[in-house]
Amino acid sequence: MAGASWLRKLANGAASLVGLKSIDSSGTNPVSDRGILVFANTSEVIAAERALQEAGFEVKVKGPPPDLQTGCDMVVVFPVLKQAAVEKVLKEARLEPEKIITEADALLDPVSLYQVKDLGRWLMIRAANMKITIDKETGIIVNISGGGCPDVPWLAQQMVGKKFCEAPRPISIGHTLCCYSLQKAYDELKRIRPCG
Amino acid sequence: MWLIAGTVPENGFPFYTGGIWEDSKVEGDMLVLPNGKKLPVARGATALAATAIMASQALGKPVPRLLLVGDCGTGKGSDEAYTWLSENLPSIAEKAGLEGLTFHYFYPDLDGHNRVFMALEDLKPKPMLVADAGFMYVAKMSGYATSYDLFAPDIGELAFLADERAPHPFYTRGFLLAEEEDVPELLKRARSHDNCPFNMIVKGKTDYILCNGELYAKVSEPSVEAMECIGGTGDIVTGFATAFLAAGYPICKSALQAARAARYLALFCNPNPETQAAELIDNIGKMLRQNMELIQKE
Repeated sequence: MAGASWLRKLANGAASLVGLKSIDSSGTNPVSDRGILVFANTSEVIAAERALQEAGFEVKVKGPPPDLQTGCDMVVVFPVLKQAAVEKVLKEARLEPEKIITEADALLDPVSLYQVKDLGRWLMIRAANMKITIDKETGIIVNISGGGCPDVPWLAQQMVGKKFCEAPRPISIGHTLCCYSLQKAYDELKRIRPCG
Repeated sequence: MWLIAGTVPENGFPFYTGGIWEDSKVEGDMLVLPNGKKLPVARGATALAATAIMASQALGKPVPRLLLVGDCGTGKGSDEAYTWLSENLPSIAEKAGLEGLTFHYFYPDLDGHNRVFMALEDLKPKPMLVADAGFMYVAKMSGYATSYDLFAPDIGELAFLADERAPHPFYTRGFLLAEEEDVPELLKRARSHDNCPFNMIVKGKTDYILCNGELYAKVSEPSVEAMECIGGTGDIVTGFATAFLAAGYPICKSALQAARAARYLALFCNPNPETQAAELIDNIGKMLRQNMELIQKE
């Protein structure tokens, strides 16, 4: 990775010398102008993502580089040039990152594909390891399956039996990556079957 | 004694170890702990435990014992369980004997896992180790996956085991593209990186049974499509595997029988996507009595 980073810097330097757009600013490799916010737990990651998005920052939740991994964890990637403003928003939201670092390693991309299965009266949406099934006539969530994090039974307990437009958003009550996957499936469900 | 360890979705659930020393039971759709505390059998560790208890009773064997802690995803309950287990496994083994453990829904914490794992390594004889759900994720991350005896991933989770860089199924490269035909290659890749044990039940439209590192059997019948939607069906498979292992069946036979038993349970109950796991589990005794010959056949 260090070699790749060095090559990228060299390529950017050469590009700027001849007046070309740098590799990083082309959008093909967004790592060099990004910073990473590391939090104590996934709930804070989700809250920070929400607070920063509401404040208009372009942020993304990603898997941490291998040397930062501790378990079921995520980090928030943000434009590092806006670090001060980002920190101000986080302070107002009473969120304090454990670390703020510049990105020096490739990040892993979360699953971004969805699988939609029509089962006649029912519709199942899958994102990563989580699946949500609704009754198409009533809009009621009839089942939630998949996932191995401890908030999956909790999320199912809170959401199954409710109309999906009225059920709590998974990330408002859950904490883990399984919850985050379920949120993605839930968002996709709302995209293909808009509420009200 | 066989011990099932996992979490239940109740933050206020007090840390309770009585289920290790006395039997729990299933009453309708509730799991009843020795102190009378009732937990709904919906999905997760309660579904696994209820399945294992119902199946053990039908087999005429002692029921597995339980260590359940409250955790709604913050990791606090899991952390308490990691600490308690790492400190108390030796005394449990000494007092009650410990033939095996099934670890289930835990917040995947690497440090917590490793402390428990080290305590297990010191036990003589070493108990049989089954891991599924969050504990399987962290067992893979730890690099000690080959020290486990059985994992029970679905095909997506197998892709996670096969991806040596993925810390969680959410970040698995090619997760949704993993299909039945990829299973042999994924198994090979997971094995080559030592990211899975020698025995696995890979749950899917067809279940693949890995035995001693080789593909041992494929189970595709009976097939009930609605099972994919129903939360807890994977927990039922692991619950059956636990019951068969605790009853003394060899590991490969236990895995095969577990895959078959869950399928015959689906056939017996004729579920639709609205069916809840508790409705299936309630029929385990009747289903096993009716289908045990088919489940056990060579």
